[in-house]
Amino acid sequence: MERSKRFDLLAKRDINKETFVEPWPEAGLIVADSPYDPRPSIEIESGRVVAMDGRRRADFDALDLFIVSHALDLNIAEEAMALPSPEYARMLADINVPREEIARLIAGCSPAKLTDIVRHMNVLEMMMALAKMRVRRTPANQAHVTNWREHPALLAADAAEAARRGFAEVETTVRVARFAPFNALAILVGTQTGRGGVLTQCSVEEALGLRLAMKGLTSYAETLSVYGTELTFTDGDDTPWSKAFLASAYASRGVKIRFTSGTGSEALMGRAEQKSMLYLEARCLLVVKGAGSQGVQNGSISCIALPEALPGGVRAVLAENLLASMLGLEVASGNDALASHSSIRKTAKLMTQFIPGTDFIFSGYSAIPKRDNLFGGGNFDAEDFDDYNVLQRDMQIDGGVRPIGEDEALMIRRKAACAIQAVYRELKLPPITDAEVDAATVAHSSDDMPERELLPDLEAADAFLASDADFLTVIRALRNCGFSDVADNILEMGRQRIAGDYLQPSAIFDDDFKVLSAINDGNDYTGPGSGYRPAGRRWREMQAIPQAKSPEGFVDPHVGAPLARLVELGPAAKGRQNEVVLALGPAFGCALRRTIGGLDHEDVLKAILSGIASEGLVARIVRVYHSSDCAAIGYVGARLSGSGIGIGLQSRGTTVIHQHHLAPLNNLELFPQSPSLTLETYERIGSNAARYALGLATVPVAVKIDNGARLRLIVKTALLHRRETDAVDAQKPPQELRFAWEPDT
Amino acid sequence: MSEYPLRENAAEQLRTLSGKSFEEITTEAVAAGELTGEDLRTHGDTLRQQAAIARAGGYPQLAANLLRAAELTEVPNDELLKIYELLRPERAAYDDLLKLAQHLEGSYRATENAAMLREAARVYRERGLLRR
Repeated sequence: MERSKRFDLLAKRDINKETFVEPWPEAGLIVADSPYDPRPSIEIESGRVVAMDGRRRADFDALDLFIVSHALDLNIAEEAMALPSPEYARMLADINVPREEIARLIAGCSPAKLTDIVRHMNVLEMMMALAKMRVRRTPANQAHVTNWREHPALLAADAAEAARRGFAEVETTVRVARFAPFNALAILVGTQTGRGGVLTQCSVEEALGLRLAMKGLTSYAETLSVYGTELTFTDGDDTPWSKAFLASAYASRGVKIRFTSGTGSEALMGRAEQKSMLYLEARCLLVVKGAGSQGVQNGSISCIALPEALPGGVRAVLAENLLASMLGLEVASGNDALASHSSIRKTAKLMTQFIPGTDFIFSGYSAIPKRDNLFGGGNFDAEDFDDYNVLQRDMQIDGGVRPIGEDEALMIRRKAACAIQAVYRELKLPPITDAEVDAATVAHSSDDMPERELLPDLEAADAFLASDADFLTVIRALRNCGFSDVADNILEMGRQRIAGDYLQPSAIFDDDFKVLSAINDGNDYTGPGSGYRPAGRRWREMQAIPQAKSPEGFVDPHVGAPLARLVELGPAAKGRQNEVVLALGPAFGCALRRTIGGLDHEDVLKAILSGIASEGLVARIVRVYHSSDCAAIGYVGARLSGSGIGIGLQSRGTTVIHQHHLAPLNNLELFPQSPSLTLETYERIGSNAARYALGLATVPVAVKIDNGARLRLIVKTALLHRRETDAVDAQKPPQELRFAWEPDT
Repeated sequence: MSEYPLRENAAEQLRTLSGKSFEEITTEAVAAGELTGEDLRTHGDTLRQQAAIARAGGYPQLAANLLRAAELTEVPNDELLKIYELLRPERAAYDDLLKLAQHLEGSYRATENAAMLREAARVYRERGLLRR
């Protein structure tokens, strides 16, 4: 069979490693608009919901019962349900309608109504709506910090670096569940070394998670998972009431909580009941709200590949983030689990959260390489840090991360590794050696760490969990070993726990350990001139990527003493002999001494003159003063040349062969890719010019195409051209030059 | 909501569950062993204050949760874990949940939590989520 070389190549592209399937509503494989999704409806009799979304109360499942009892504002439900869905969609996309007005009505909407509203919105409208409905004004970001060795020094070092990089929350988890208390400890010490006020959590089984929080080792919990059908909910070994109780239990200990939901989980668990993913997510979100959670982690999360296998999947995931925001929930908007093999696709998807901004753009940016990510995460990882910082800088969008330099990273990593070493020593845990501290300081991944003995660590972790040791023990240990600033930060986390300010919606701590939440930093976006925009210190910080150079030094390697052999004689006259005139740019050999490709101007002159001489022709050299433009320079050369053939040569090396009867912007041969030009090429240019002058048949000089050259060198190109232009003297006519050198003939 | 954040604007009024003031929570006191984990627990009144702030801010469900949390501040850790376990699917009989509700009300004046437990009991019975 015939095979297209192009299709063969396309088949090997990353995008074609993905699975794409057609929708199958009966299996729940449909992101929105399942034919089995109910139509929105509500019936209220004497303050009691008797039917919702086409279902009578007698047929309500546990989720329906929880939603009508805790999530819906029945005072507004009838008004809210009566307003047509397209009307809501328009209000959401309209910058002139403030979020409070929409939130008031959304409080009375059923799951089917919520789903119906976003049906009318395209991705751009949803992004506009998300920018407005997001709970916190200032966007932020969360990091994942784990490693497969579960090495405490590496965890602490990576957590410290993540804190320095600006993440407001750091989440860890376990490979071996028994490591939970130690991993939580390492993350706590690491983050508070990096920046006081970073919230931390350790994702483990619910009851264990609560015990870690009670010990003060974690300050928030996120993995309170909810599902959109009763059977998936109970498969997850919970009910809306057990989850609501857990939420209150955490809050009673001053711990922030966020629930987790997301499209696709019900289909993955085989219990989607023929409903669309988005409708089931709307049910989840109303359970989350009804339970009194301040927020949710959603955006498909670990199931992301499933909606992305289906048409409209990325749009549906954005829609679920938006639904959560509409309900006044803090949103940590996914982008964590591996979603695509294709970097184009994963970045495009990210933009739907990155551009509008969410409370946490990632619910786990992998601040470690993906092979060390124990969440199945790493869609964006430590190896993408520089890319991410550049995206922020490109769009002037605050993605919740700041660039840091290598020195700062090494300094803070060592300090965190030393701090956890000190805590282990004081608490008589299996020692962390100096070699392990050294390794953690410079490490990129687990592969860079020495092995630890697993059994003593696990036994110590069990004993630590069972003991009375808590965050106060850790504070004492740190203080005894000279880490009093870290100890102070951890104690301040304890004080904040007593004050409870960070239990309010969408709370984080800023660089000054001040709480920012919906209460004191509520989103006030109402179009241009309002809402959050990175400015001042934050925008300067975002710009200051370590790779950015001062443009002033760019041309230094191209500057030197003027060429002594190149002497100006006086105004140039038109020649009468058969010759080639080589016309130079105003800065050639004076203000500038090297081409963009690094060739010395003297060598370039010699090469061209040798080429002309090789055909037995003579050359004259002139300098053009009135223009720095290559075509204009070459044109002057052609007009002054006795043969009508001239070569124009800019200081950066761009060259043209011109002929006097051609239009100024036309040419015989043009060599715009100056970085690719070699001395051999210049010699061939010289010889071709001579052949044109002699009227010989001439094969144009072949130059290799390098489309990357402009990409790499455009700043330098601009700055070299600026130097050339600075040397322009509009009043001064072309000058004859003498170059004190003779080619070998 | 002029008091929010309490940490900045009302620190002098804040008390821990054991009655300690903010001024007493220092690293020196921790180092001297004068404070225990119990001394750094949140007081129910603080959570009630946060609940009022949440309600005024337009977050009534969060406010209700914080009120339930306020009631739970006095419930010991182990007991919290036991209640949670009992609320999971098919762990409790109908009467277990009612008894627990009565206990929470009687021992901790936790009326909001008791109401949640009673509601759970009814729904669990209706939906087959009680112990079999």
